Amino acid sequence: MLKIDNLHARVDSEDILKGLNLEVKPGEVHAIMGPNGSGKSTLGHVLAGRPGYTVTAGSVQLLGQNLLELETEERSHLGLFLAFQYPVEIPGVSNMEFLKASVDAVREKRGEPAIDSVTFMKQAREASKAVDLDPAFLKRGVNEGFSGGEKKRNELMQMMLLQPKLCIMDETDSGLDIDALQVVAGGINAMRSPERSFILVTHYQRLLNFIEPDYVHVLSGGRIVKSGDKSLALELEERGYAWLEDVA
Amino acid sequence: MVDFMQRALAEAPTAAPVWLQDIRSRGREIWKGTQLPTRKTEAWKYTSLQALQQPFVTPGRNAAKADVADIKLPQLNGPTLVFTDGAYRAELSSTALPVGLTLVRFADADAAQAEQIRAALGSALLPGRHIFAPLNEATLADGVFLHVAANAVITEPVQIAWLTSGQQEPISVTQRLLVCLGANSQATVLETFANTDTGGTAFTNGITELLLDRGARLHHYRLNLEQGGAVHIGGVHARLGADSLLSGFHLALGSALKRIDVVVDHQGPGAHCDLDGIYLPRGTETVDYHTCIEHSVPHCTSKERFRGIIADEATAVFNGRIHIHPQAQKTRAELSNKNLLTSNKAEINTKPELEIYADDVQCAHGATVAQLDPLALHYLRTRGVPKDEAEVMLSYGFINELVEAIAEPALQAFLKPLLANRFARETRLTRHIL
Repeated sequence: MLKIDNLHARVDSEDILKGLNLEVKPGEVHAIMGPNGSGKSTLGHVLAGRPGYTVTAGSVQLLGQNLLELETEERSHLGLFLAFQYPVEIPGVSNMEFLKASVDAVREKRGEPAIDSVTFMKQAREASKAVDLDPAFLKRGVNEGFSGGEKKRNELMQMMLLQPKLCIMDETDSGLDIDALQVVAGGINAMRSPERSFILVTHYQRLLNFIEPDYVHVLSGGRIVKSGDKSLALELEERGYAWLEDVA
Repeated sequence: MVDFMQRALAEAPTAAPVWLQDIRSRGREIWKGTQLPTRKTEAWKYTSLQALQQPFVTPGRNAAKADVADIKLPQLNGPTLVFTDGAYRAELSSTALPVGLTLVRFADADAAQAEQIRAALGSALLPGRHIFAPLNEATLADGVFLHVAANAVITEPVQIAWLTSGQQEPISVTQRLLVCLGANSQATVLETFANTDTGGTAFTNGITELLLDRGARLHHYRLNLEQGGAVHIGGVHARLGADSLLSGFHLALGSALKRIDVVVDHQGPGAHCDLDGIYLPRGTETVDYHTCIEHSVPHCTSKERFRGIIADEATAVFNGRIHIHPQAQKTRAELSNKNLLTSNKAEINTKPELEIYADDVQCAHGATVAQLDPLALHYLRTRGVPKDEAEVMLSYGFINELVEAIAEPALQAFLKPLLANRFARETRLTRHIL
């Protein structure tokens, strides 16, 4: 699915990723944990092609294609989805119009016709119900005036409608109360399949109580310094990150 | 006297009732002594009158035959008056009137109506505020008088279409509308200015006066859709009586030059004005809106929102003046002007101008100039939306709030595709907006 080899990246003029390696196979769930400033969010932004994030060395392959050569929208068409830590508010652009534009674009690249409005409305309402978001939010501006939790649910709804192959969840648990966390985790679990992979970027072990990862990695100083199974997350919860910085 | 109108003014005036001839003479006398503004005139600092450096003639008899079939108008289910190159076109108009509504051309006014027009015409124009008003009067051949009787509620919107086709020589067209709403009456008026695709240059000098009596409510829409070489110098001058409500909407697509002055004078306590506007110049076009909200008495409110999207090498000017007089205590006035520049060479000159002489008032204003938000653009692209479509969605999104606020559904349906297509070269880019 995804193969990251010796990835170096900088934001503005600061080197953030310094030789990151990661391989994700179809159906796997990888959790990436690490202290503040270790480069966790940068990884997601680099993979999504955010302006201002420059790759200085290394390679990334997604489904056999050189991801770094592709435009941001082409990465989405290929099956990449980044759930933002801070979803962007876009007043004036209706959530529904945005969602349909998004779904149509991805369908067209797969050679499928644009979806008709009635079917799409039905799907969108079902998805909003599944993430426990009032369908009235479909008519509002994209994320406009949404609470933190509503934004995260909106991200999840987009993911359900787009059915991506690789989902990167950037701090999806931050700002969620326990009920919202269960809804979001339930949504992610429902989307798990042998063909779909997940990278969960998170600060805390809490999310992993609801979504069981196959692998846990610790990112520190722009590199993965330790990998293990879910028991590593529990160990981190207990001991913190400081002992690993010595390892690095 | 200024040169560009010399030929038009020298032509033999059309036949007109005596009272209208008097108005012409009055205008002619003042215009004789008028100096055309230059870039040194504060109110014209950013707008050149270069487009008027050519002689204009009056349209003549061809006006009544102008072919305007390619102009699309909003389809509203009320009375419609159509003028082409200044001439009234009965065969394009529909004049079945509901009870309580008077809609008559100046040329057709009976004695009583003529007296009403004579008494009211020009009364909303503050002295010296509109430099082209004397020229408008000097060349006034016809106009429209719209009167709503006290307590009458006119639900059908009245549309007046002022169309220009242009002719071989640049023509000068004078437009005038006088709207008088009786006490507690209600009406909706839509003015549409448009030109044909193939038209030559036309200079429209347009003045609309809105006189609202106590408790009257008016929705006024003024669409300046002229494109290409069209020059429009015009104004809307409103006088609001006590507890009256004016809801105004302005739209200007760009052309060689558009300068619109909107002046709203709150003269009765409890009056309220909502004023929305959108301007969209591109290419080398120029649009200049000067608005002035006069608060002359206490307990009035005004809320003004103008949004501009300026593309290519176009220029826009927005000057928003709020003048709160010493006795106008408890005034609440808001002004917001937001601009989006979609090219490095686009230019906006925006200036809020507050003059406040009362101490117990609330007054808020803000002006912003920005480019498309790169993060919003990126976010849309991470969801697969192609860059060019995302740019169209964000541009349209910038003005969408004001379009959604239009109370007339048929007008909204007319404007949405027109505006969305302004930002897109291909229909695939607007399909998710429409």
